[in-house]
This record gives sequence, structure tokens and C-alpha cells, in this order.
Amino acid sequence: MNWVPNSKGRFGVYGGRYVPETLVPALEELERTYAEAKRDPAFRNTLRAYLNQYVGRPTPLYFAKRLTEYLGGAKIYLKREDLCHTGAHKINNTLGQALLTTRMGKRRVIAETGAGQHGVAVATVAAMFGLECDVYMGTEDMERQALNVVRMRLLGARVQAVDTGSRTLKDAISESLRDWTTHVESTHYILGSVLGPHPYPMIVRDFQAVIGRETKRQMMKCEGMLPHALVACVGGGSNALGLFSAFMNDDVEMIGVEAGGFGVETEKHASRFAGGSVGVLHGTMTYLLQDDDGQIRLTHSVSAGLDYAAVGPEHSYYHDLKRVRYTSATDDEALSAFDLLTRIEGIMPALESAHALAEVVKFAPRLSAEKVIVVNLSGRGDKDVDHVAQLRGNQV
Amino acid sequence: MGRIHLTFSQLRAKNQKALIPYIMAGDPSLEMTEALVLEIERAGADIVELGVPFSDPIADGPVIQGAAQRSLQAGTSLQQIFRLVQSLRTRTQIPLVLMCYYNSILAYGEKRFCHAAVEAGVDGVIVPDLPVEEGAGFRKMARISALDVILLLAPTSTAERVGKAVKASQGFVYYVSLTGVTGAQLVQVAAIEKKVREIRQASQLPVAVGFGISSPSEAAAVASIADGVIVGSALVKIIAKPAERSAVLNRVSAFVRDHKQAVS
Repeated sequence: MNWVPNSKGRFGVYGGRYVPETLVPALEELERTYAEAKRDPAFRNTLRAYLNQYVGRPTPLYFAKRLTEYLGGAKIYLKREDLCHTGAHKINNTLGQALLTTRMGKRRVIAETGAGQHGVAVATVAAMFGLECDVYMGTEDMERQALNVVRMRLLGARVQAVDTGSRTLKDAISESLRDWTTHVESTHYILGSVLGPHPYPMIVRDFQAVIGRETKRQMMKCEGMLPHALVACVGGGSNALGLFSAFMNDDVEMIGVEAGGFGVETEKHASRFAGGSVGVLHGTMTYLLQDDDGQIRLTHSVSAGLDYAAVGPEHSYYHDLKRVRYTSATDDEALSAFDLLTRIEGIMPALESAHALAEVVKFAPRLSAEKVIVVNLSGRGDKDVDHVAQLRGNQV
Repeated sequence: MGRIHLTFSQLRAKNQKALIPYIMAGDPSLEMTEALVLEIERAGADIVELGVPFSDPIADGPVIQGAAQRSLQAGTSLQQIFRLVQSLRTRTQIPLVLMCYYNSILAYGEKRFCHAAVEAGVDGVIVPDLPVEEGAGFRKMARISALDVILLLAPTSTAERVGKAVKASQGFVYYVSLTGVTGAQLVQVAAIEKKVREIRQASQLPVAVGFGISSPSEAAAVASIADGVIVGSALVKIIAKPAERSAVLNRVSAFVRDHKQAVS
């Protein structure tokens, strides 16, 4: 595989920088700052120290013995990003970007959040670095992820309710971009996934790439070989690229799982590769769900973190190259996988990660016992307990 | 020679400045937009900017977002806006500029968009999410079709970016008066003046200033330092207020007249 993106932020034809002029100089500054930081051993050492001592890296690569026996096929390993501080992989990126923020001399950060995991991870690093923090969140997401709203507030962030459009992640990103346009000189926008204008898709991927590097090392140690397949859920797709990127040039199958909602044959899903086409949203050219006039369609998923109309541009690139296979899991399949892992491994996955597990449930039994699959368990499910209970008619 | 260029030349000869009102096409209906454009012209506007509604307008504040939402709910499409312009062209020769997010152009097809726009009688297009590094192919197609692509510059634009943008822009240069979205509060005129002077040094193109201008006195202040003044959100607010059709047209007319007087 060639190294992507190119200097213009392009992954093949995807990516780019489709933003109002006001933001372009800030994106150029971010690009420069990141390029310098990447070459600076002091920056790398500081980041590594925080990842080890604050986030708790390396996260374990856990052999899910009971799940493997239950499914009766390939050996299944879970990359335990759910054990990161704050409960998801998101903090790998927010920590890196918080360091970039202070390097640029900015004192305020803003962020969008869907499931609230990125918002919590931003609020956390903002508290730790003493930065002012506003997090934009759709009101529908605030309802279904109420616990994370409280967590962000306790951490000292202001949660700004977004009541426009679909009242989910898409609208939260629009509001964040508007805030950033207004306060661009004092504020850094910590974008939470491999989305948005260049250099965000590259920066977020690079900060998440620690997941794949660790996995490779751990896999060599415990199995003495590379895995046969990697599986991850794909909303924007940062946990997936975090896991995949270290294996891009290896003979390893990769599977990205989008949110199938009520089914990709219905209008209610967030599966961009099943029902989408190429367009531009939030600064990047990529596959997205839109109508014939280019208006962005409303999406649906039981998982707030996957409920978004566009996919990261690098995924679109791998999709066209067929380097990664993209599939989807419905709400029901994800909920069943949530139950399964909870009951037989005692690990409660985030509903986002449960989509990846749902694919493993279908895929693992078709492989022989000497094959090995790694699933990115990108987040823990505590935030979803209330939502799942409500879906089942119980109150917590 | 295009209508935009002609309008600015004529104004320059008379030592006048352009008033460029913005309204959202299809808010509340395309039929009303047609009546509004004609009324705005009668009241003295020099160029009219027509918003093309988009579901996720990241450069717009709440007022224009609301207008886009209403227009989309009324079922407005780009195709219908072209038909509206075609119909307007039987009654007016005022320069018409579309403000259109890039995804609407992509979905329509870049080449097809340029042809249909020119065919209908559109003179220029402003694409708020297409900075100078992107869309070179689109600008080339537009140039071949004689459709002006008007680029935006902002307070944050570096001298290097000003140079690149004025080279690529046609018709005029749109200077965004503040770091913010449409409908924000205007900042100091002195800061705008400095940047406008910088743009003028780099280019022969007229410079129109927009974002945050909401009163005749602000329009007058900006007109004293630029070639044109764009008023959007303040006008869209008048149209959004529920009232009899004739009352809306009267208010819009008075608004445009007052602002034209202020910039003259």
C-alpha cells in the first residue's frame, strides 16, 4: 500500500479540505504543528508517557476462550480498548490533540460528540491540561447517553445542546465547525474521528495507530504469527483505522462493520457503503448517505457513535481498493452480541463495539480452529446500560 | 462581458457602490422568491444573491439555517431554482449569483451545473466550502461556460492566500468581514478596511463585503471602504416573520431602499 494521504490530504480521490476560507489557515497551522511535533522526540516521549501512565497502555490483547468455544471456529482475541482510561479508544486521540493544543498556545478546546465517549475523553484531557472546554452534542444523543453528559459536566466541560437537524452527531459537528470558525484564533477543535478536513483524518489515525502496533507485538508474542483477520466497527472509523493501519501491508483480512440499523434495505441505517454515494460533508470527500439533490439523509442506529451520514475518507479509499471488506450489523444483531459477550465473557461492550462482535458471531464459525481473529473492543458498555434497559422495557 | 462586471463598471463610473441583498431561494416558496427578487431590484439593489438550500450549511448562522430548512421542507431543488432564474430572466437583467454548498453542485454534476446555470441566466456562483485549493476543475468548467466563480477571503487569510484567491476569483471578491458564520455581529470597520486595501492591492477585481452587516449605518461604513455591501441575515429575518405577502414585500422594499441609500 502507498502511504496516504498525499500532501493535499487526499486518499486517492477522497479527503481534501472543503471548508470555509476562515478555517483554512487554522488547518494549515495544525498541519504544520503536527508535522513538527511528530519529528520532535520530546513530544513523542511526552505522549508515550501519558499513554502509559494516564491512559493505562498497553491495553491487553485478551483471548476470549469461552466466546471461541461457543462460536466453534477461529480463535478470537479482543483488543481491550474498553480498558483505556475513560472507557474507550477515544482518549488516544484526545491526548495527542491536547498536546498539540498547548503546543499551538491555545487555551480553549471544543469538540463534537455522538455517544459521548469522545466528549468525555476531551473533557478529561481538558481538565488535566487546564483547558477551557465546550462539547457539542445533539439532544437526541444527550437523551440516550445521559450518563456521559453528566460525566462531561462533572469534568468541568460545558455541554452545548444541539437541537437542529437530526439532533445527532452530524449536527454536533456542524455546530463545532461554526464555533471554531468564530473563535478560530483562540480555540482548537479536537475532532474525534478520522473525518473532517485535512489534516484531521491523518492526525486522528496516527494517534490511534498505537492500537494496531500493540496488537501486532502482542499477537507475535502469544501466537507467534499475525492474525488472519481484524474486525472493527466503523462510524467515522477511527478505532478501525487505529487497529488496521499497522497491518496494511501484511497478508491480513480486514473487516469494517457499519451500523445496519433496522436493515440496509430500509431507510433507517447508517451504512454508507451499502446505501451511499460519493459527496462532500463536513470538509471531506467520501461516501455518504444523501438524496439525489445532495441533501444529507437522516441516519439511524441503536448506537449513537455509529449514527453518522459520512465515513472517514481513508475508508472510502480502502473500500474502492477492496483492501478492507465493509459489512454491516443491524441493531438487533448488535444487541444480541452485546448480551452474548456480557454473559459468557463477563465483558460488557459498548453498543458500537457490539457491531464488530456481531460480525464475529457470523464470521468466526466459518473459519477453522487454527485461524485467529482480533476484534477491536473499542469501548465499554457502561454508558449504554440505561439505553439497553429502556429498549427491554426495564428501568435502571 | 458579463452582467456582474458590467454592473460594477457602471457603478464605478458613477462613483457608486453595489448593494447586494441575499435571500434564500424557496423560503417560503419559489413563487415568493420570484416576487422578492423583482421587488428588491425595484428598490434599488444592484446584484441579487440567491441561497441554494443545503441540509448542513456549516458557514451559516441560525437565521440562514432556518431559511434553508424552510426551503427544503417546501421541497426546493436546484433544478427548480434554475427554472426560477429562467423565469426571472424574462423580466429582469439584474445580475444573479447563487450561494451554493459544494455537495449540491457535485450531486447535480459539475459540468451539468455550469451549463444549466448559464442557460438559465445565472451570472455567478459562490461556494462557501470550496477554498482556492479545492475545485480547480470546477472553476475551469465554469470559466468555459462563462459562469463567474466568486471566491471568499476572510480576516484569517494570509497574504499568500489572498494572492492565490484573487487570481482564481471572477466577477468580484467576497470578503467575509469577520471570523464567524453569517448573521454574526459586525466587528470594527477599521480592521475590514485594512484587509480590503490588501485585497485591492493584489487585484483589479471589485471587493464586496458581507457577514454581519445589518443596518444602514453599518452598510454606509462598509461602503466607504469597499465596492459592494452584502446584506443577508437581516433581510432573511424580515422574510421569516409571519405576515401578509404584501406586508413582507413592503418591508423588504423599505429595507433595500434604506440600505441602497446608505451605500450611495
